[in-house]
This record gives sequence, structure tokens and C-alpha cells, in this order.
Amino acid sequence: MSQDIRIKKGLTIKLTGDAQKEISDATLSKIFAIKPTDLLGVTPKLAVRVGDKVKAGDVLFYSKAEESIKVLAPVSGEILKIERGAKRKILTVQISTDATIEYIDFGAKNPKDLSSDEVKTQLLAGGCWPFIQQRPYDVMANPNEAPKAIFVSAHDTAPLAGDVAFSLENQKEAFQAGITALSKMTTGKVHLAVCGKSVSFLNDVKDVSILKVTGKHPAGNVGVQIHHVNPINQGERVWTVNPQDVAVIGNLFLTGKFEPKRVVALVGSQVKSPKYFKMLQGANLETLLTKNIELDNSRVINGNVLTGTQVTVDGYLDFKSTTISVIPEGNHHTMFGWMPFTGGKKFSMYRSALSFLSPNKKYTLDTNLNGEERAFVMTGEMEKVLPMDILPMHLLKAAMVGDIEKMEALGIYEVAPEDFALIDYSSSSKIEAQQIIRTALDIMVKEVG
Amino acid sequence: MGLNKIMEKYRPLFRKGGKYEKFAPAFNGIDTFLFVPNHTTKMGSHVRDAVDLKRVMIIVVLALLPAMFFGMWNIGYQHFSQLGEATPFMDMMLYGAIKFLPMLLISYGVGLGIEFAFAIYRGHDINEGYLVTGMLIPLIMPVDLPLWMLAIAVIFAVIIGKEAFGGTGMNILNPALVARAFAFFSYAPSMSGDKVWVADASTVDAISGETILGQLAAGADTSATSVMDMFMGYMPGSIGETSVLMILIGAALLIFTGIGSWRIMVAGVIGAAVTGLLFNALGLNALMEFPWWQHLLVGGFAFGIVFMATDPVTAAQTNTGKWIYGFLIGFFAIMVRVFNGAYPEGMMMAILLMNVFAPYIDHYVVQANVKRRLKRLKTA
Repeated sequence: MSQDIRIKKGLTIKLTGDAQKEISDATLSKIFAIKPTDLLGVTPKLAVRVGDKVKAGDVLFYSKAEESIKVLAPVSGEILKIERGAKRKILTVQISTDATIEYIDFGAKNPKDLSSDEVKTQLLAGGCWPFIQQRPYDVMANPNEAPKAIFVSAHDTAPLAGDVAFSLENQKEAFQAGITALSKMTTGKVHLAVCGKSVSFLNDVKDVSILKVTGKHPAGNVGVQIHHVNPINQGERVWTVNPQDVAVIGNLFLTGKFEPKRVVALVGSQVKSPKYFKMLQGANLETLLTKNIELDNSRVINGNVLTGTQVTVDGYLDFKSTTISVIPEGNHHTMFGWMPFTGGKKFSMYRSALSFLSPNKKYTLDTNLNGEERAFVMTGEMEKVLPMDILPMHLLKAAMVGDIEKMEALGIYEVAPEDFALIDYSSSSKIEAQQIIRTALDIMVKEVG
Repeated sequence: MGLNKIMEKYRPLFRKGGKYEKFAPAFNGIDTFLFVPNHTTKMGSHVRDAVDLKRVMIIVVLALLPAMFFGMWNIGYQHFSQLGEATPFMDMMLYGAIKFLPMLLISYGVGLGIEFAFAIYRGHDINEGYLVTGMLIPLIMPVDLPLWMLAIAVIFAVIIGKEAFGGTGMNILNPALVARAFAFFSYAPSMSGDKVWVADASTVDAISGETILGQLAAGADTSATSVMDMFMGYMPGSIGETSVLMILIGAALLIFTGIGSWRIMVAGVIGAAVTGLLFNALGLNALMEFPWWQHLLVGGFAFGIVFMATDPVTAAQTNTGKWIYGFLIGFFAIMVRVFNGAYPEGMMMAILLMNVFAPYIDHYVVQANVKRRLKRLKTA
């Protein structure tokens, strides 16, 4: 059973520094940290204190609103530090790692034999609930609701994204078990999006409806796939899970252990030899980065260059991140840099740079804004990179003024900030579209829920 | 890079808390023109497209250059050919330049002066929109327009047409056309008739400066101007509007770079062609009988549809809306030409009218989108 999705709009940004198909083991970090700020819609309630001994799978904190949602320690060790920011907001819970990891046993179970309630209980207890994201609003799913469908996108079209099938190569059984578990959570279907142009083990996964996706970025965005397959209307819920998290869920059922393994693609023009690294969620990145990247004038990003968040060299792998991108900072002045058709190193969606002459060339882009923020002037450019039947400029304007009725009418339930990332990228007025959408979604959560 | 060092020395003076903080918009305006700033992404996407508003505007200016240079030559050509003098190419260019460049200088000088003043007063950055407007204004004026009239038209256009609405991106009417409409209604003798379209036509009897549309409206015979002349632009008219060939070169650049909306241009041509055909079929008088395709070659149609109707701020903003908007501009332009005898050129009025209706068109396109979503909810 499969369905084709062909996306015509969008923009694939080809950057230098994509990962070689080679996986190395990163050395086990001495410190791990979980950042509650990675989990949107969750106010943490701590379960540990500094100095406590924890095993991998012990609860670090609960969600204040829904205490059944637990966030677990990825490794065993001692709570080193609880870092707080303004208004005592918890920023990180840090663990200093034991030499050998001890695990809590949640009991191996075959998801096939379980009822939907039993699966839910195992997911909540085993710390895998925070991997489930909800649309609308792009926040963590609520365990008291049931989704009309679950989407997993195993085709990442973002710049420099790793190959999902390759990174899951050794996790086939776990992935299948995770999918089977998820299929118990919805009365609808689990949709698995795969690359329409290549065949991998993902095409043979059972208990799912396969979506063969072709087209430019953001074709791999789960929001675009939902829009084309089973669009979200007011009051409806769809859940999404990242493919590597599906494998973590699967492992929980197969082995009874919470073991948030990651195959992280370390990519970007500032990386000496871009490839994949095996590590665990929350790992400290310092050793990895100092060995493998140009430290000078670099920006390290948790995630891809479009949607990721900046992180310091001694920072930690984000909760869900499976990509670390490192690109040069663009802190420089460029004389007459606005002159069209100059500078072979520039890339533009408009044919205003020479990049149209070499469509397959890979570019080394830096973080320069290439201009300054201006009022909306150009029209039609946003529509080119949003492959949905949504009017992005009108939705953004409604979002900027916080007009809830208008946002509803124009399709706010169907979008997440990541769907607007290319609008950030391509805007000639340098509009911060992702930020605007995130703020609007927060208003919607508060006002509509 | 010596210049950057010089600028680096002065930059702190204009930063927050600096000595000349108030004048920061003016300084930044010049600085950002010389150097793309070192601003890096703070949130959202970490990499950004090479395009910015300056690049966009400069491309439109580039697209206008062929029409501008041809216009300068044509000023000389019309003048000297009517006098019967054989003049070398460079002399015609020079004559045209002497006539045109002061207009360009006044337009940019006065317009940018006001933009800078407003930016300082309001404390916002200078928007690049006027780079294009300042070029458009002299190109759509008759060559003999006194400079002081031009200056007043520019002042009116920038203050009432643009700044009153909040500046670039907020205006309802195309500022260049506001300037032209203002001059047209305030100084009609200098903006219309048969004495203004060729340099010195009002003072030298041997020169008649009538445009083809003017001749048509007056019921005169236009067969003296061949179709080739119309296409190449060897005829009297506003400075930049006569050569369809040069305008097409500009249009090609705009469409190729993706900066001008091809939808509006194509829809406008279709609208004008359909309307022209309709009148040709009726054929009640000489004006209606003027071949539909020649309508596309004469007057300000080509210039208007390529450079004025496509102004993204004042046009319809949705893709569907652009088709409707463009089509109606073509329709109204020919309607005005045919039905309003006192007013031979309809393009300016057609675009201004549709500028006003553009948000209305968009409203219905948006409503259709909303209804599609609601319908889905009902069927689900």
C-alpha cells in the first residue's frame, strides 16, 4: 500500500559539507544534559536534586501539567548541576556519566500483543512520550487525546540532512517495533514518508501506509505531507514522530531499556570530514567538535541550517536533534554586495546571482543576513517555497497582529515554524517568518487549546 | 579596503548612544549602499538568500536602463529630425542627455531628500523603493516639462503618495504614477496636447509634438508612423515609453530574474488585446478601428504594464489576483483610450484605478482560499 506525493514548489539549497556514508563511534561524553527548553509546551517539575545518583531511565523531571509525562536520564551517573535562567527557569539538568551505563528495566514487551492503553502506559513510563509531537501548534502530544493519524517522515530534504535509511540501517527491527507500537495509538493510519527515488528497508516496513515523496525541500517536512494526505481541520489532532525516535520507542519495547541512541550527521563546510557519529541524546559536544571542526569563525547549529538552534562548542545535543551543522559566521562587510550578477559564491532563488548558471553546484553559505530587514515589498516569493494551499503572506500578516479568527481561516492549524523556514531563507525583506509563526502558535495554544 | 576603514571610524558615532545617533538612518542609508552590513542571523534560518531589497530595486533600475538610453536618444532624434537636420548619433544622445539628466537629478535629489528627512524624523531605516520611483518619474514625463513642476510633482508623490501611508511597502498608489497624475491635473498644458512631446515644440513652429494616440483622438491620420517605428520607438511620447523593443529587453530581465511578475504582464497584454479585438469587431469609429495589436505598441501601454503595473506593493498580492489585476488594467487602458476623446492615454488612469481595487481583488482570492478550507471541514 503506497501513495505518491510529488511536490513541485520549494527550494533545495545545496551546501558543501554533506556527510560521507560512514559511521564512527563518538566517545561517551563525560557530561550529559537534558534541556527542558527543547520540549515546547512543557513546564518541568524536577524529580532529582544535585548529587542524586541516577540510572539510565530514572526520571529527571515531569511535565507540571501532565505528570504522567516523564523525561528520563539518558545515561547513569550523578546529577552534576541544575542550571537555571531568568525567573528560575530550568535551562539544563546535567549528569556526570558513569563509566558503564546501568539501565532501569521497563520490561520487554511485544507491541503486537498489547492494547492501545498498554502501549501508552509503556511509552509514558519508558520516557518515550516526549518524542511524540502534535499538530496543530507543533507542541508535545497530550496523552489524553487520540490522533486521527500519525506521520513519520523518513525522507529529510533539508540542506545537508543525513540519509534517514542509512542512519537506521542497524535499527531495522527496533524501527519496525516502534512503528507497530505507534499504530496502536491511533484509529487512523500511521503514514511513513520515504524517498520516492530510492528503495531501502523502509519501503518494506509493515503496519504503515507508505508515502513515496519526491520534490524539493520542504517535501520531506511532515507538515507538507500531512497537508497533502490528511489535512488538519479545527479540533483535529495529528501526531508526528521523528524516525530515529521511532527506533528508540521500538528498543524500549524490544529490550525494556530507555536508550536514546542517535546517529548524528556532523555536516557543513566547517567540518573537516563530515560523516555520521553514534552518540546518545543530550551528549556534550565539546570533544567531538574540537576534534572535527574548524573552531575559528564557526557557528554550530543543533539541527539543520534552516530550523536548528545555535549552540556553543561546549554545548549539548538537543533532545531530538540528529544533525549538527557547522557553517562559517558571516560577520563581514561586503562592498557593493547588493550588486546583482556578481560574486560566484552567492546563491539566490531569484536569478539575481550567477547561481542559476550552475544548478548543481554546492555552495558555502555563511550566516550573513545579506541585507537588512525591510517592510514587505515583494509578493509571490513566499508562495514559491510553501507547497501548501495556504496564502503565506496573509497568514503571516494575521499572525503578526494576533488575529485568531483570521489565522484559523487561513490555515494556522496546518503549519509549524519549520514549514516557514524557507520563507525566512528566501525573503527579500528578511522577514523572521518562523519566529512570527511560533509566537502565533503560542497564542493559539493559550486561547484555543 | 580603505573605504571600509573610514566608515568603520564613523560607524560608532551613529550607533545607539553615539554623538549623532539621531542621524543614524541617513548614515546607515549611505553605509548600507556602500557595504552590505555585517549583520548575521540571530534567529530563524541561519543562512539567507543573496537577495535583498536593494538587489531587487537595482535589478529594476537595470531593466529600465535600455528604455532610458533610448529615450535620451529619441529626444534628440525627434527634435532634429523634425527640423530636418541630419545629426550624428552622439549629438542626439548629447542633446537628449542635456534635456533628461537634469530631470533625473531633480527627481532623485528631491525624492531622496524627502526620504532621508522622513527616515531621520521617524527613526527608521531608509527603504530602497525610491531608487526605482526616482527613475520612473522622469521617464513618464514629457521632455519639456519645467523642472520646478517636476520637483513639485515629486514632492507630492513622495509625501502624499507614499510617506502619508507609512512609507515603502504601505502605499496604495504607485508613487511614480501619483507624480504623473498630479502634474497632469495641475499643469495640464505642460503635460498634454500636441506641443509637449518633442523638445522645443512649443517654441519652434517647425516642430509638431503630437503622439499617435493624440492624433487618433483628434481624428487625424496616423499612417505616417509605420508599425516598425512604433515598435522601435521612433515617435514622440513620454521620455521612456516609446520603444517597445527596449521595454521588452527590460521585461525579459525582470521576468528572468523573477523580480517582475510575468503574470501581470501577460494578463495585461491579454486584457488589452481582447478589449482591442472587441472594439475592432464593433468598428464604429476611427478610434475603435485602430488595430488591437497596435494598441500594444503605442502610448504608455508597454512601459506601464512592464514597469508600473508590476510594482508589487500596489499590485494584487496573490497569484490569482495578479491575473485579474493585470487583465483589468489592459481592459481599462483601452477603454479609456477609445471612449475618452479629451484624454488620449488611458494607461495611467487604468493602473491607478486598479491600484485602488487590488486589495479588493485579493480579498476575494483570500476568501476563496478560506472557503476551500471550510468545505474540507464539512466533507471530512
